[in-house]
Amino acid sequence: MKSAQVYIHVPFCKRKCEYCDFLSAPMGEEARDAYVKRLIYEIKNSEWAQKGIFVPTVFLGGGTPSLLTGRQIKSIMDTLFTNFEVAEDCEITMEANPGTVTKESLKAYREAGINRLSIGLQSANNEELKALGRIHTYEEFLESYELAREEGFTNINVDLMSALPYQKIQTYRETLEKVCALKPEHISAYSLIVEEGTPFYEKYREDVARLERGEDPLVLPSEEEERLMYQDTEAYLKKWGYHRYEISNYAREGFECRHNKGYWMRYPYLGFGLGASGFTGSIRTKNTADFKEYMEKEIVPEREVIDTEAAIEEFMFLGLRMDVGISKEAFLREFHKSIEEVYGEVLSKLKEETLIFEKDDRIALTPYGRDVSNYVLAMFLR
Amino acid sequence: MAIDQSKIRNFCIIAHIDHGKSTLADRIIEKTGTLTSREMQAQVLDNMDLERERGITIKSQAVRIVYKAEDGQEYIFNLIDTPGHVDFNYEVSRSLAACDGAILVVDAAQGVEAQTLANVYLALDHDLDVMPVINKIDLPSADPDRVAEEVEDIIGIEAQDAPRISAKTGLNVDQVLEQIVHKIPAPTGDSKAPLKALIFDSLYDSYKGVIIFCRIMDGTVKPGTKIHMMATGATVDVVEVGYFGAGQFIPCDELAAGMVGYITASMKDVKQSRVGDTITDANRPCEEALPGYKKVNPMVYCGLYPADSAKYQDLRDALEKLQLNDAALQFEPETSIALGFGFRCGFLGLLHLEIIQERLEREYNLDLVTTAPGVVYRVHKTDGEMIELTNPSNLPEPSSIEYMEEPIVSAEIMVSSEYIGAIMDLCQERRGVYISMEYIEETRALLKYDLPLNEIIYDFFDALKSRSRGYASFDYEMKEYQKSELVKLDILVNKEEVDALSFIVFSGTAYERGRKMCEKLKEEIPRHLFEIPIQAAVGGKVIARETVRAMRKDVLAKCYGGDISRKRKLLEKQKEGKKRMRQVGNVEIPQEAFMSVLRLDED
Repeated sequence: MKSAQVYIHVPFCKRKCEYCDFLSAPMGEEARDAYVKRLIYEIKNSEWAQKGIFVPTVFLGGGTPSLLTGRQIKSIMDTLFTNFEVAEDCEITMEANPGTVTKESLKAYREAGINRLSIGLQSANNEELKALGRIHTYEEFLESYELAREEGFTNINVDLMSALPYQKIQTYRETLEKVCALKPEHISAYSLIVEEGTPFYEKYREDVARLERGEDPLVLPSEEEERLMYQDTEAYLKKWGYHRYEISNYAREGFECRHNKGYWMRYPYLGFGLGASGFTGSIRTKNTADFKEYMEKEIVPEREVIDTEAAIEEFMFLGLRMDVGISKEAFLREFHKSIEEVYGEVLSKLKEETLIFEKDDRIALTPYGRDVSNYVLAMFLR
Repeated sequence: MAIDQSKIRNFCIIAHIDHGKSTLADRIIEKTGTLTSREMQAQVLDNMDLERERGITIKSQAVRIVYKAEDGQEYIFNLIDTPGHVDFNYEVSRSLAACDGAILVVDAAQGVEAQTLANVYLALDHDLDVMPVINKIDLPSADPDRVAEEVEDIIGIEAQDAPRISAKTGLNVDQVLEQIVHKIPAPTGDSKAPLKALIFDSLYDSYKGVIIFCRIMDGTVKPGTKIHMMATGATVDVVEVGYFGAGQFIPCDELAAGMVGYITASMKDVKQSRVGDTITDANRPCEEALPGYKKVNPMVYCGLYPADSAKYQDLRDALEKLQLNDAALQFEPETSIALGFGFRCGFLGLLHLEIIQERLEREYNLDLVTTAPGVVYRVHKTDGEMIELTNPSNLPEPSSIEYMEEPIVSAEIMVSSEYIGAIMDLCQERRGVYISMEYIEETRALLKYDLPLNEIIYDFFDALKSRSRGYASFDYEMKEYQKSELVKLDILVNKEEVDALSFIVFSGTAYERGRKMCEKLKEEIPRHLFEIPIQAAVGGKVIARETVRAMRKDVLAKCYGGDISRKRKLLEKQKEGKKRMRQVGNVEIPQEAFMSVLRLDED
C-alpha cells in the first residue's frame, strides 16, 4: 500500500440526536483529552506509520469533531504530518456542528491544516430541528457559517436531511432555498433512515412498519413525498449550479468531496480512533467500538478479508452509487474478466427494466434506478 | 414355561394432556426395576424427539414389567401407552383393544378436563375397567378430595380410594401398582383354543423385517408356527416371538393367550401385516376374525414440496420411510407450476399433517412448502364418470361437471352446559346440521352435528377450544358424501393464476375466503417495482381484489468507509429474501405465503 486516505473518528457530541446511530456520546473534557492522546498514540504506533505512505485526503468525522479544541486538532494533524506523506494539496475535512465553533477555534482549525468544513445543518426549519433533537437553531447555524467564511474557509459542505418527521415538501424546499442562497461549495442531502436502536425507531416504529407494508405513514412523509423531495433536490440545486455526483451528494464544479469519492472507488484508507474502519485493498479492518477497550487495551482491529468475489460486488454496489457509474474497462483491468462474463444476465435484466444504462465504457443508474437503488445494488450480490 | 394368565395385567394409561400420563408410566417402569434410574431417561415411552418436545404421544408404545405384589406373587404388567389427540384416535382405539383395563390419571389441581372424559368414554367403549389415579398432589393448588368427588360426579366411577400420588416425586406410586393387581382384570383367553391375536402396531427393522406388536386373545404362538393374517391373506412362518423390555425386544419361547408381545417372520413387505388385522394359525385357524377397527383413510390432503427443488428425491425417500410405521400416511407425486415437483399427501387430520411435516423437517432435514389442505371431493361428470378429487387443480371444466359431493362427518362434541350456545353457534357457522343434544349429567351435554369435513380441517379444533375455554372434547367419524354447492377458488397474482393457491370451497363462503386470502397474500408478498394486483376468482369471475403497491423509493442514503460492511449485509439480506421466493410470472412469492392460507381465521 503506497497511498491511503485517512479517516479519524471523534466519538463525542454535546447531546445525542434522536435519529443518530453513529458511534458517539456526550463526554467530559477529561475523557476528550485522554482520547486525543490515545488517538495520537494509535497513529504513531500504526503499522503504516513512518513508511512514507502518501495521503491525498483526510477526514475528521464524528460525533462532533468541533468539540475538540484547536490545540487538540492541531496535535492530531501534526502527528499525521510527521508519520505520513500528507499531500501538498491534501483535502482535509472536519465535521462541525453549529453552535460549537468560535472565531478562535475556527482560526486554530485552519492553522492546524483543516481546509474543508462540513457543517451539519440538517434543516433550516427550527421546528424540524427540534424534532430531530438537534442542539442548534437555524440562526445559530448562520452565525457559525458566516464565522467560517470570515476565517477563510473556502470549501464548505452543508448537510441536509429530507423525509423528516412533520416535514413537508414545501418546508424542505424552503431549506434548500435558504442554503443555496449561502452558496456553500458542497451540499449533502440525505433521506432520513430510521435506524433500529435510536429513539426515533421507538417513536416512529408504527410509521416504519407502515412504510414497509407500502402504506401511508402518520408522521413521517410518505414514500411518494420522499421521492418527490429527493427529485426536487436535484432539480432545484441544479439551478444554483450544483450537480449531483452521488446518491446524496451535490457540488459546484471542482468541489466534489475527494475523500468520499475514494470510498466509492475503493481506494485504500486508514481508520484511526474508536470504531474506525480501514481498507487495504484486500482487507477491511475495524477498531473496537468499546471506549474503555480502545483506551486501555492494545488496539488490534478486527479483520475481514475481501476476496475477489466480494471485491467485485463492492466494485459494483459502491461504484454505482456515483452518477458516473462504473467503468467496464476498469472492471476488466482490476478483475481480469469482462463485466459481462460476471454480470451479463443481471445487466441485461436491469437494462430491460430501465434501471441502469450503458454509455460508451460506463454503466450507471437511471433516475428510476436511483429511486430504488437498493433493489438494483442487491442484484450484484451473490 | 407357561405363564399363569391370572398373573397378567394388560392396561393403558389415559389422561388429559399434561396431567402426567407419561411421567406416571416412567415411574411405574422405574419402581418395578425394569430400568435402573441411571438408565432412565425422562419419559421412556415417548421415544420420538418430537413426542418428548411437544409432550404428546403420537405412536403407541408398549412395555412389559414384572411386579412383586404384597401377596408375595409376581405379576406381569403390560403397559401400553396411547396417544392423546383426536387425530390419533385410531391409534388409541387399537391400543385400547389390546388392554383389559385403563388407569385414568387426573390432575389434582385441574380436575376433570375435556380430554379426560373423551378418553374415559373411549375406554368404556372397549369394555375396559377404569381405575382412577389423582396425580400432582405435590402442587400447592392440589385439591385431591374435590377432584375425587368430581371424578365420581362427572364420570361416575368410584374414586374415594383412588391413589393420590405425585408421579413426579414418586409419592404413593406403590399404591398404584398394588391397585393394578386388584382392580385391573386378568385376561380370560383360552391358550388351547385356535390362535387369535390382534395386531395393534408394527414397525420395520432392517435386520428382522416387520415386527408385529400383538395381543394374544386365544391360543399360543411360537417360533415355527405358520401364521395367517386374516385380512391381508399373507401366510408366514414365525421366526421369533418375545415381549417388550423398556426400549428393547426380549425374545421368549412362546406367547400364550392374554399376553402382549411381538412376532417377527422375516417379512420384508410392510403391506403384509396391517394394524388391526387378526393373526391366526394357518394350520388351525380360528373361526372368525376379531372385530379389528376401522380402516384408516386419509381425510385431509395437501401438497408437500421441497423448498429446494433439488431435494425432491430426498423428500420421496423420507415419505417412504415414514409410511412404514404410519400406514395412514399416503402420497403420490404431483407437479405445480408455481412449486415444481412435489407430492400430494393424505393425512388423518391437521395435527397428523403437522406432525409429518415436522418430522420431515426435523428428522430428515427437509425444508418444505405446504399447500392449503383439502378433503377428497367426489366430482360427478356429465358423462357419468366419477372422480375422487384430492387436488383442486385437477377439477374438470365446470361445464363437464354434473354435480359435486363433499365428505360429511358425524361429530360428537362433549361440552359444559354453559358453553352449549357458543359451540352451537360455531357449528352453525361451519355449516353444521344439528342432530341431537343430550345431557350426560347436569352440567354436561353431548352435542351431535353433521359437519362438512372441509369446515373442520383448518382450525375447528382450536375454535372449539377457545369458545369453550378448553371444556369441550370433539370426536368425529366419516359419515357420508353429500351433494354440495362447491366451487374452485382461484388466486391470480399479477393476473396469473397460481395453481398451488387454488382450493375448493362452499360457494356460500367463497367470497369471504377469497377476500381473506387476498388480504393475507397482500401482507405476505413483498413490494415489487411494479404494482401487483391479487385477485380471487371463481369460474373466471373476480370476486375479491387487493393490491400490493409498487416500491417507489428504496435507497440507502449514506454509504461511506465506516459502514460498507454493514450496508453490504443489508443488501445481502434483501437478496437473501429472494432466495426463499417462488417465481410466478414476474412476481416473487415467499414460500410462507403458500402456507398462510392455513391461518386465514387468525386475527
